[in-house]
Amino acid sequence: MSARSTMTYLQAISDGLREEMRADERVFVMGEDVGVFGGAFKVTDGFFDEFGADRVMDTPLAEAGIVGTAVGAAVVGMRPVCEMQFADFVACGFDQLVNVAGKMHYRQGLAVPITVRLPSGGGFSGGPFHSQNPEAWFMHAPGLKVVAPSTPEDAKGMLIKGIRDPNPVVYLEHKHLYRRVKGEVAGGTYETDFCARVARAGSDLTVIAYGAMVHTALEATTPEALDGASVEVLDLRSLVPLDEQAILASVRRCSKVVVLDEANATCAAGAQVAALIAERGFEDLDGPIVRVAAPDVPIPFSPPLEQAVLPGVERVREACRDLLAY
Amino acid sequence: MATTVQPAAAADGASDVSGRLSRADRVELLRAMLSMRLLEERAMSLYRQGRVPGSFYDGYGQEAVSAGAAFAMAAEDRLCILHRDLAAHVVRGVEPARILAQYMGRATGVTGGRDGNVHFGDKDLGCVGMVSMLPDMMLVAAGMAMAFKLRGEARAALTFFGDGSTSRGDFHEALNWAAVQRLPVIFVLENNQYAYSTPTELQYAVDPIERARAYGVAGESVDGNDVEAVFEATRAARERALAGGGPTLIEAVTMRMHGHAAHDDMRYVPAEQLAAWRERDPVELQERRLRALAEPVDVAALRAEVQAEVDAATEVALAAPMPDPATALEGVFAEEAVPLGDGRAPWSGFAREGARR
Repeated sequence: MSARSTMTYLQAISDGLREEMRADERVFVMGEDVGVFGGAFKVTDGFFDEFGADRVMDTPLAEAGIVGTAVGAAVVGMRPVCEMQFADFVACGFDQLVNVAGKMHYRQGLAVPITVRLPSGGGFSGGPFHSQNPEAWFMHAPGLKVVAPSTPEDAKGMLIKGIRDPNPVVYLEHKHLYRRVKGEVAGGTYETDFCARVARAGSDLTVIAYGAMVHTALEATTPEALDGASVEVLDLRSLVPLDEQAILASVRRCSKVVVLDEANATCAAGAQVAALIAERGFEDLDGPIVRVAAPDVPIPFSPPLEQAVLPGVERVREACRDLLAY
Repeated sequence: MATTVQPAAAADGASDVSGRLSRADRVELLRAMLSMRLLEERAMSLYRQGRVPGSFYDGYGQEAVSAGAAFAMAAEDRLCILHRDLAAHVVRGVEPARILAQYMGRATGVTGGRDGNVHFGDKDLGCVGMVSMLPDMMLVAAGMAMAFKLRGEARAALTFFGDGSTSRGDFHEALNWAAVQRLPVIFVLENNQYAYSTPTELQYAVDPIERARAYGVAGESVDGNDVEAVFEATRAARERALAGGGPTLIEAVTMRMHGHAAHDDMRYVPAEQLAAWRERDPVELQERRLRALAEPVDVAALRAEVQAEVDAATEVALAAPMPDPATALEGVFAEEAVPLGDGRAPWSGFAREGARR
């Protein structure tokens, strides 16, 4: 195992992909502009020179084609990693992912080991088509694993874990974390399990979040900001499978819970978490389950409008303050 | 104005590919078509008896397409088979009892009751089962071919699709992709004149072969009721694919002689159109051809043999259990990834190739 080094979230994704491609010749990358250009966000920068055009494949602008051909390559023994240029565009490959890849093993016992990378999330005036968090679409479709790491270390380990998983894995990488978040990352290859982690332990209230919202939660709930309250932050990391035990255990420790999504509120991942707690953690609650999420509108372009929609530090802090006082 | 497509006026036995097909091959082609027809006849009876849940789809009148195309594919090639292509499963080696059990939703059916009718592919025989969204499998087949090309393997992938499928985006994406990457893939268009009740003139304004060529895909139209012609077109397409010549679209012109599914009386099809195609039944065409050989084939005996197989398979399938409801939640996720296995490839040409190696 090589030494640890400090990387951005983006570098950690690149590093995980590169190391796994070095370790396993079945792994190849496909997507729009991933080759010579190195991808819209530069995740595959330098890959073309190291691995060549076959393994760093510039595809036609065709998302159904990307997912569909990846399925075909996977069932004959390859391990494709698809890049959607923005998570939003996976809508064009939805059918291949949900109907072909997701149902394949249940119907005919045939595994589909593909990884689909989705650069997701808002906060940059990307507008309605470059800002979405589409994870709930895929949580609702049986047969797909859905993960959303929040740290560089997890981003690398969960990407490698996803590539090695025999199932289709939808990997959400939040664009707002790409260059903003840095951390220690181990060299070589390693796997991070698809389960939750306690990002900060606490005892008065727990905020359950994933992806970029983990950082929003941490910033919003420092003891100084909340009169010394001890707030736990649970980072789900994986949405399918959902770490139900970790969620229920966190509620049991803290008795009060804020569930936080950047995605539109209705049927979001957080709605599933809230339903789980209501069903199986009710006795441990000392207050209503509080949800903070984006309202059910498209993500608008202009900064004041976008900030009015996306959950921010102040909104989360306010929700925590109210619940702590309940 | 509706222009009903009439069958091509090819003389019986006119296509001469006997140089590539041995007498045994030609019998095998007929056997595969007979298996499809008699199995589907039996499944229709079982459906009417209430033993086939859901709906029932068949490929009556189209048997030559799947039999001929699958016969040209090698064991290590891979196929995505559609709902009017039962003969392709027969050629690849799926046992009749498993097919009938599949229709009836039994535990011993190919999908164990997870999916119905011809929505199956035996993964151990190199086949991926279709989904109902057409033509999604064109992209999956292109992807399999892409992997073969990346690994430098002399293999090809094939999928079937229909005239209705040519309207959807996946048709465009697959043709374009396969042409850009020059993939060893064969797209077999079963043009059976109707997508459910919609005739081809309401489906497209430009001929599918012409469109294929516009994408840079070799295109050829063949008599889809002549099993040997379909075989030969597919064999040539596979040869092109393995030589690096890229994808081919074969339009097999045929006719859907039954409704879209068992409930459909297809009153929208003109009687004279059906009557004209009935004269060119693909099974009878091949039977006549084999009877006319210098050393005639005993077609009646072959038919009786296949019928006996179907009868025996019916007993086996009817005796098979229904799936255990307790298993309904199992298998959503895979524990390991095992790639597709090889299928049966009965064409004598493969044995000859193997002998030369």
